[in-house]
Amino acid sequence: MAKEIIKIQDLKREFTMGTETVHALKGISFTIEEGQFVTIMGSSGSGKSTMLNILGCLDQPTSGLYEIDGVSVKDLSKNELATIRNEKIGFIFQSYNLLARTSAIENVELPLLYNSKVSTEERRKRALNALEMVGLADRIHHTPSQLSGGQQQRVAIARSLVNNPVMILADEATGNLDTRTSYEIMSLFQELNKKGITITFVTHEPDIATFSSRTVVLKDGHIIKDYMNTNIQSAASELAKLPKEDH
Amino acid sequence: MRLLNLLKIAYKAIVLNKVRTLLTMLGIIIGVASVIAMLAIGEGSKESIRTTISSMGSNMITIRPGADVRGGVRQDASTMESLKFDDYLAIKEQATTLSYITPMVNGSGQVISGANNWPSTIYGVNPEYLDIKVLGLQSGSMFTDAEVKSASKVVLIGQTVVDNVFPDGEEPVGQMIRFNNIPFKVIGVLEEKGENTFGQDQDDVVIAPYTTVQKRILAITYLNQIMASAISEEDAPEAVTQVTAILRDQHKLADSEDDDFSVRSMEELISTFSSTSEMLTILLVAVASISLLIGGIGIMNIMYVSVKERTKEIGLRMAVGGKGSDILMQFLIEAILISITGGVLGVILGLSATVFIEKFLHWPTSVAMYSIIISFAVCAVTGIFFGWYPARKAAALDPITALRYE
Repeated sequence: MAKEIIKIQDLKREFTMGTETVHALKGISFTIEEGQFVTIMGSSGSGKSTMLNILGCLDQPTSGLYEIDGVSVKDLSKNELATIRNEKIGFIFQSYNLLARTSAIENVELPLLYNSKVSTEERRKRALNALEMVGLADRIHHTPSQLSGGQQQRVAIARSLVNNPVMILADEATGNLDTRTSYEIMSLFQELNKKGITITFVTHEPDIATFSSRTVVLKDGHIIKDYMNTNIQSAASELAKLPKEDH
Repeated sequence: MRLLNLLKIAYKAIVLNKVRTLLTMLGIIIGVASVIAMLAIGEGSKESIRTTISSMGSNMITIRPGADVRGGVRQDASTMESLKFDDYLAIKEQATTLSYITPMVNGSGQVISGANNWPSTIYGVNPEYLDIKVLGLQSGSMFTDAEVKSASKVVLIGQTVVDNVFPDGEEPVGQMIRFNNIPFKVIGVLEEKGENTFGQDQDDVVIAPYTTVQKRILAITYLNQIMASAISEEDAPEAVTQVTAILRDQHKLADSEDDDFSVRSMEELISTFSSTSEMLTILLVAVASISLLIGGIGIMNIMYVSVKERTKEIGLRMAVGGKGSDILMQFLIEAILISITGGVLGVILGLSATVFIEKFLHWPTSVAMYSIIISFAVCAVTGIFFGWYPARKAAALDPITALRYE
């Protein structure tokens, strides 16, 4: 049996809004194993964002168990959470969140800046490697404004890879991209997944789910579906099927 | 996170907002520059006062009779006869911190030569007087101790007296003049000294042996004054103490009694003048400090704006592992870097302003090293103080809200 990267048991998250208590997650249990490509789906209000925040160690559950790579997150301090995020998770956001007027390589280096164990030389080397993996080795000194949306998201993916995380956590990573570019990005994710990288992809677009190996569907704070995808589509071949753009 | 990385990030943030940062720095720049220029002017005027007074003989000590009480009435010093020749001898013998000393008697009267006459003051002294007052001779020579002993009728006269009683430009040395109808032989002319700090003409004098003045003009045996000079300026306060002790002993004053004389050194005069200019310096620095404070508020303001507009960046940094302390340091160092850079530019501007003032306004200036060090320290403290709250605010942000901030 593959190693469990994420282990969640009876996880609840409640928010107090004035006098009312909102139950965003009402007892959720699932595990993610190493090498899986999981999409977490759900409409707005389903608890998807709350799930994402907890998975990303940005937020802590009210009750229940959450372990990432064998570490229970529940009682960790803010600083310990920051270290977990730094060492175990690679974040990818819908709006890329790159530092403006800062070169691609410096953007990719950012997470390693907060890891004092990594030397300056190693930082640069690892950032170059990560940019190579996403196919941007020739654009390392470009700033975000000199890159297309797809390229910016590739830089963000490189940034998420640079700390060798146990899991990449993507939040609507294709939400700002056109179909062609989003298929390109998905095919990159599939490539990375083939290399053994665990990916959790939070989205509300059903066609994205067809590229993943497993789909978890949330509704009103519960898991209503959790299935392995038997018919994984290849994003690369989908891309080939798209009509050629007129140039 | 390493300091070097933090410095790099801060440098980058500053470079990305050049104009804004420069405008923010302006407050600090002007503040520091004015502190340095003001202090330079203050120090300069203090030094020029010191030099002026030094030229009058800064280690000069004057002893006058005075503060005597008869039947409960304090007496006018000029009527006192309490300062005796024996006092002079006692001080001369016992004081170890004095280099020169002379008894002094003075009286006013009319200087007459032929058809010309001029009212002046005659000072009876011994030859050491010239050394005490730092006076030189234009022509002729000083009278000798022997001439003092024999109460010779010889005088030296100042330039003003020369101009008035010898208006035709004759050589005064060797001429006879009369002072209050007593004939004197002019044996020397004093070097011109001009007015002193108080506007008194230092060249309107006649100098004669004190014995001559005592016996032939005033007919007195007491002294009006004793003048001395301390070995050095630093010895002056010690000399004052010594002279006071000797005179108290000489006058057999009980511990409960006040001094019946006064001993003053130029040091006191210098400190009086210095304290006036120091007062002015303090005022100037206070005004300059206010502008430094305003500069600091400017930094605080811009740091708040900076934190606000970089909320998303802060969220991202936190998401990828930045701790609250990392974010705090990032913004704090940025604030310090702004204020210290402002400080450096301020020092440069202040020094240039000082040079300008010296060159074109001809005001005496003197840049004090301490003013540079203090302004620098104040800058660093300003950066920390005014950068702290915005930086704290950034560090306290919740990563989830910061990431979603638009």
